[in-house]
Amino acid sequence: MAKQNKNTKSPLELLQKCPTGIKGLDEITGGGLPVGRPTLVCGGTGCGKTLLAMEFLVRGATQYDEPGVFMSFEEKAEELVKNFSSLGFDLNDLATRKKITLDYVHIEKSEIEETGEYDLEGLFIRLGYAIDSIGAKRVALDTIETLFSGFSKETILRAELKRLFRFLKDKGVTAVITGEQGERTLTRFGLEEYVADCVIFLSHKVDQQIATRRLRIVKYRGSAHGTNEYPFLIDEQGFSVMPISSIGLDHAAPTDRVSTGIPRMDTMLGGKGYFRGSSILVTGTAGTGKSSMAAHFVDAACRRGERCLYFAFEESRNQIIRNMRSIGLDLEQWVKKGLLEFRNSRPTLYGLEMHLVTMHKAIEVFNPTIVVVDPISNLVAAASEMEVKSMLSRLIDFLKMKEITAFCTDLISVGGNLKHTDVGISSLMDTWLLLQIIEGNGERNRGFNILKSRGMDHSNQVREYCLTDNGADLLEVYVGAGRVMTGAARAVQEAKDKFETLQRKQEIERKQRDIERKEAVIEAQIAVLRSGFEAEKDELELSFTRERQHQEVIIEESQDMARTRKADVFLSGKPHRRGKEVGK
Amino acid sequence: MTGKTKKMTSNNSSAELVEERWQLRLYVAGQTPKSIAAFANLKKICQEHLEGKFTIEVIDLMVNPQLARGDQILALPTLVRKLPEPMKKIIGDLSDTERVLVGLDVKPLT
Repeated sequence: MAKQNKNTKSPLELLQKCPTGIKGLDEITGGGLPVGRPTLVCGGTGCGKTLLAMEFLVRGATQYDEPGVFMSFEEKAEELVKNFSSLGFDLNDLATRKKITLDYVHIEKSEIEETGEYDLEGLFIRLGYAIDSIGAKRVALDTIETLFSGFSKETILRAELKRLFRFLKDKGVTAVITGEQGERTLTRFGLEEYVADCVIFLSHKVDQQIATRRLRIVKYRGSAHGTNEYPFLIDEQGFSVMPISSIGLDHAAPTDRVSTGIPRMDTMLGGKGYFRGSSILVTGTAGTGKSSMAAHFVDAACRRGERCLYFAFEESRNQIIRNMRSIGLDLEQWVKKGLLEFRNSRPTLYGLEMHLVTMHKAIEVFNPTIVVVDPISNLVAAASEMEVKSMLSRLIDFLKMKEITAFCTDLISVGGNLKHTDVGISSLMDTWLLLQIIEGNGERNRGFNILKSRGMDHSNQVREYCLTDNGADLLEVYVGAGRVMTGAARAVQEAKDKFETLQRKQEIERKQRDIERKEAVIEAQIAVLRSGFEAEKDELELSFTRERQHQEVIIEESQDMARTRKADVFLSGKPHRRGKEVGK
Repeated sequence: MTGKTKKMTSNNSSAELVEERWQLRLYVAGQTPKSIAAFANLKKICQEHLEGKFTIEVIDLMVNPQLARGDQILALPTLVRKLPEPMKKIIGDLSDTERVLVGLDVKPLT
């Protein structure tokens, strides 16, 4: 098959690849192993070589309809069946359906006497027969190096190995050959000299008592491939590799928003909450309510019918549910509805990379829209800061690519600064919220503010973050005299303010009343003066009248007198000059 | 050695005791120089040291590849001593008579 391909393909055509079906491996290799060529899988004891080889065959048989031959030099067929049944591979069933042939090659040096010239034609015949009998497209040899312990003539062996790989190529089968790691070489007997097309190296490193499995593609002739060490996982579903760092910075940026679950917080974040698919970090000291904030976010999302995955590194599932009930959040209902899933594990359970791989897997399986990591700081316990940063950046990139909103909490030590967060991970985060304890007046209160929130209008205000029976809420804080007041101090200030306002109001009222009273007094005085004046005026008029009457009387009397005296000249009857003026 | 299997029995085998029977099987792949040499060497050794007490069965894996699995054959040619127990294997063209005799657990006559 391979030969045909070689002849017919144009020079620009890429190397044909055989999908392994192993999660992640096909992504790193850009489609799988080279078709019709042998691939060497090497590594130390217990690193998963046999599993990789077997899974390659099983996936081929079940997913790609490519039967396979597993030639084992170490484990007997029955042992293989037993070992792989725990991974859900029913090798007996595959064998009866002629999808897989298990061939155990027994080599025991003590049973063999060598006399004269020989070759390994028997092995070729066996392998060839097994391949032909089921029409195998895939072959695994695990591990062929055992031959070196069975036969003493190394020159013959090496020549035969060379012939074997040529034989496999001629057969057109895609082969996986496993080899034990040597002291200074990839394999103890230098198999890499023969298998030159593709070499995969598996390692199982233990660092600070935490073991991490890693896979690296040492060589892949004729193809681009990821060059890093990729962590991988062996669990009940088999092998999975996480090509996490291969993701670039080209993820989509959704513009729709998701509620924080706390109405006033939404208001602070431009009125709508976080961006979907963004990363949110809540930093705070112990007991500032980071988890509660996460729970609110989760609760709101579940209410909208979205799926949430909660990675808890501190508390158990039941503990979180119980604790959140105390602030009026019933998370259990969402768990029951299958909208919320908790993944609890101790950070030290396994290495950071393994955490990442496990998280990846859980995310792939559960397919959430929101992921909570509570708290990320605990992961530092499992690795160095650098590694945490690298792991988180890959996690965030992965989540962004999937448009999953990431909500991370970060515990900082009391009295510690934000520096470690600052240099560590804040640059990865789109929204950074800070919860801090504001201490004073013999009490501790929680202060909340937004340190940054990319791409949206957000409040610069410090709010008091209160956890009540009905959930979390944000309250206004008093900012005055150079300090922020919260809790009882805020209440006192509030009362004081109220009192002062009242006092001012009363003062004004009093002043008003004073003025009114003064006005009344003045009015009264005016009235008195006026009445005095009126009296005087009356008296004056009376005097005038009297005077006039007097004058008239005088005139009358004088006329009378004149008449009596028979005077010829009469005094004028006109009023007196003064009287005239008054009369005017 | 063109047939499927080829049996060669010594003339007076029936007269010997059961415990002294040697059941030998020689695996080869076609008529290669090595397999022809092996068969010739084996025949000579048996006739010299196991006179009348042996059967040789030659299995050509080119014809019957499925038989390779049963006796765990890898190298060719391989001589398998089926009887007496335990099973023994000798690989190579059997040119070293001493080693073949040691391998077969046959005491030399002298």
